[in-house]
Amino acid sequence: MLAQILRSRPLWIGLGTAVIAALLPFWLSAYLLGVLTAAYYFGVFAMAWDLLFGFAGEVNFGPTFLIGLGAYTAAILDNQWGPPIPLCILAGAVAAIIGGLLLALPALRLRGPYFGLVTLVAVLLLQNAIVIFAGITGGEIGMTVPDVLSIDATVNYWYSLAFLVVCALILFGLSRSAIGLILQASGQDAIEAQALGFNVTKHKLAAFCISALFSGVAGAMLVFYLGTASVDTVIDISIGVQVIIAAVLGGRRTILGAVLGAVFLILATEFLRPLGQLNTFVVAAVALGVILFVPDGLLGYALRRGERE
Amino acid sequence: MSSRPRLEVRGLTKRFGGLLAVNGVDLDIRPGEILGLIGPNGSGKSTVMKLIMGIERPDSGTVRLDGADIAGWPSHRIARAGIGIVFQHSRPLHRQTVLENIKLALLPDSLLRLAAAPGVDERARAIAESVGLGAVLQRHPSTLPFADLRRMEMAKAIARDPRVVLVDEPFAGLTGGEVATFSELIRGFRAEGRAVLLVDHNVKSVAALVDRVLAMYVGERIAEGSAEEVMRNETVRRVYLGGKIESVAHRTPAGAARAPLLELEGLNVFYGKAQALDQVALRVHEGEFVSMVGLNGAGKTTLFNAISGLVPYSGTIRYGGKSLAGMTAGTIARSGVVQCPETRELFGDMSVRENLDLGGQHLPRDKRERQLAWLLELFPILAERATQMARTLSGGEQQMLAIARALMMQPKLLILDEPTLGLAPVILEQISKALDRLRESTDITVLLGEQNVTFALPHADRVYLLEHARIIWEGTPARFAAEMGTGYL
Repeated sequence: MLAQILRSRPLWIGLGTAVIAALLPFWLSAYLLGVLTAAYYFGVFAMAWDLLFGFAGEVNFGPTFLIGLGAYTAAILDNQWGPPIPLCILAGAVAAIIGGLLLALPALRLRGPYFGLVTLVAVLLLQNAIVIFAGITGGEIGMTVPDVLSIDATVNYWYSLAFLVVCALILFGLSRSAIGLILQASGQDAIEAQALGFNVTKHKLAAFCISALFSGVAGAMLVFYLGTASVDTVIDISIGVQVIIAAVLGGRRTILGAVLGAVFLILATEFLRPLGQLNTFVVAAVALGVILFVPDGLLGYALRRGERE
Repeated sequence: MSSRPRLEVRGLTKRFGGLLAVNGVDLDIRPGEILGLIGPNGSGKSTVMKLIMGIERPDSGTVRLDGADIAGWPSHRIARAGIGIVFQHSRPLHRQTVLENIKLALLPDSLLRLAAAPGVDERARAIAESVGLGAVLQRHPSTLPFADLRRMEMAKAIARDPRVVLVDEPFAGLTGGEVATFSELIRGFRAEGRAVLLVDHNVKSVAALVDRVLAMYVGERIAEGSAEEVMRNETVRRVYLGGKIESVAHRTPAGAARAPLLELEGLNVFYGKAQALDQVALRVHEGEFVSMVGLNGAGKTTLFNAISGLVPYSGTIRYGGKSLAGMTAGTIARSGVVQCPETRELFGDMSVRENLDLGGQHLPRDKRERQLAWLLELFPILAERATQMARTLSGGEQQMLAIARALMMQPKLLILDEPTLGLAPVILEQISKALDRLRESTDITVLLGEQNVTFALPHADRVYLLEHARIIWEGTPARFAAEMGTGYL
């Protein structure tokens, strides 16, 4: 199966793109690098979401619950006691995984839209909790963290690119592995997957944990890049919606498409900034158009074309 | 043949709410034996299969696999213990090739084994070859013909190397030649010493294959024995054909003299690759009662849905001389063609009265009141239940409400799809009487779809027999018993 992964076309295209991306700091301005840095973290959010929804079939409307848990845990820890950054990120990951398991409990009992509603409520609860415990969370204003990954835009860019590439390799490899196959079967026809002898509950729990792990770590990394944690950047429902749009735009069940979608979405928002208020509207309209006319997403569409040949 | 049963089921019972779906069923299958489990729609045979597989949990009873009681285990453990199932409908992995779909079934249930074990590829290829998929290994399921998809399901079951194989409707949707191939595959299971359970609607379709047949009706075992014995069994004959088929003399032996109200010609419907209706032609004259008889899966519901404008079709459907093509389901219903669907589609959280009022929404108030009063006279039980939520009614009451709601729309042509589904005989009699009164008191035209011949024949002026998407017989009820009786079992 490893040989098969190595032969996979998306992988090589992805790696090629990564090499080009690594060389970008020699051309681009610090400002654009900053935009891309954020976009890469966003790409990891979208990939983690794709694993849970695209593969395991769990409708998660609140990806920011897991992201926010990771981000805020790391930020609060850093702010209160100031341990080394990796330790904060690790703590964020653990918190996100616990959150993922909590989310999995209703997921195993409720179906489709009802579970989707639970994930939305989870985000609102987290948001409320942050406002209520404003003393340590900074409330609606947010909080600054004393430590950052780096103050140099190029270094930050490489951190995020390296992180993205590692996450993409792991998640993509996982999606093409035996587990990816079982997860897809569980997501599409749980009864049949069980009749084939697969413990669907176990595999879905694993998917929740993996998705939470990557969401949480990416959320924590983003905090240490931005130097702040705020509801508006890592928890707000609209951020979650953007993550979902990015993944769907790039192509569900492709993992790598999610990165494409995230970069596209963030860059488009940035380049259309001169439009002022219209900016979000135009980006949303483009996203809607893609979802309506190319429901497989950008990468999904390309792969479909490839399959037919 | 060893004497000890491989699968031993005792006192299997399952209740869904108020419905006793399976009531104390016993069955045995020995290694290398094929048992046919047959019964009409709603008889509980599919539930038995799901209970064995663990897809549903039995309320009581035991399921022993080589002596170990597996009743109530989760599905995946039962599968690992050695029971496999070939589903009639499945959702294969569409992004993956046929080969990968088969490999899936060969994977261990482990989170740590990221790569498939060596040899899996070879085994998957060998299995694919043995079921005749060798040429399409690298294709995606969506590009395969229907029979190949079924082969793939078969291959997945074989890959699990089960001691007991459950096959749901082995031949549904297959052509004659394909039936022969699949029969060979199933005989192969027997030769390998597996215990096989074939679940189907009638004896005929599995007779050539099975060693024994067990017939079920409303959740209970009614007969067991060789295929011939079961076909000769009085109870089985009564369930499928009715004790004595009599046609009530109707006001006018309505027929060709009157104008055709509904005319179908060359009707074809496809669901993906499976053809659900094949060149269907029929006529229903004004005031006539026409029964469309056919087993589950023959295409009755599809036919009615095509008439009601709910599924796309090719061919012509004319109602009152006008083509219905391009009309929405709503327009068709308002023009007088009202369907009372098999699934009843009641508004469960509304009261009986509200359900009826919704049906009569388009009528002016006084007319609606009159229609309602008449219907409550036709179905007195509904008057008693007027304020009760539709969801809380018994199956028979729900069916009456569904019919009454359809009648509130004052149809010219009433389409009744399997009103007897899952109902006890005594309820059938009540509904039957109501239909009689309906025919006596109004000029309504009725098209009834039924697999229960006992219910379908007495009312009918004319009968069509639908089998495997085609109309294969047309005639009077009296001729039906003589000509088609045994063939229908």
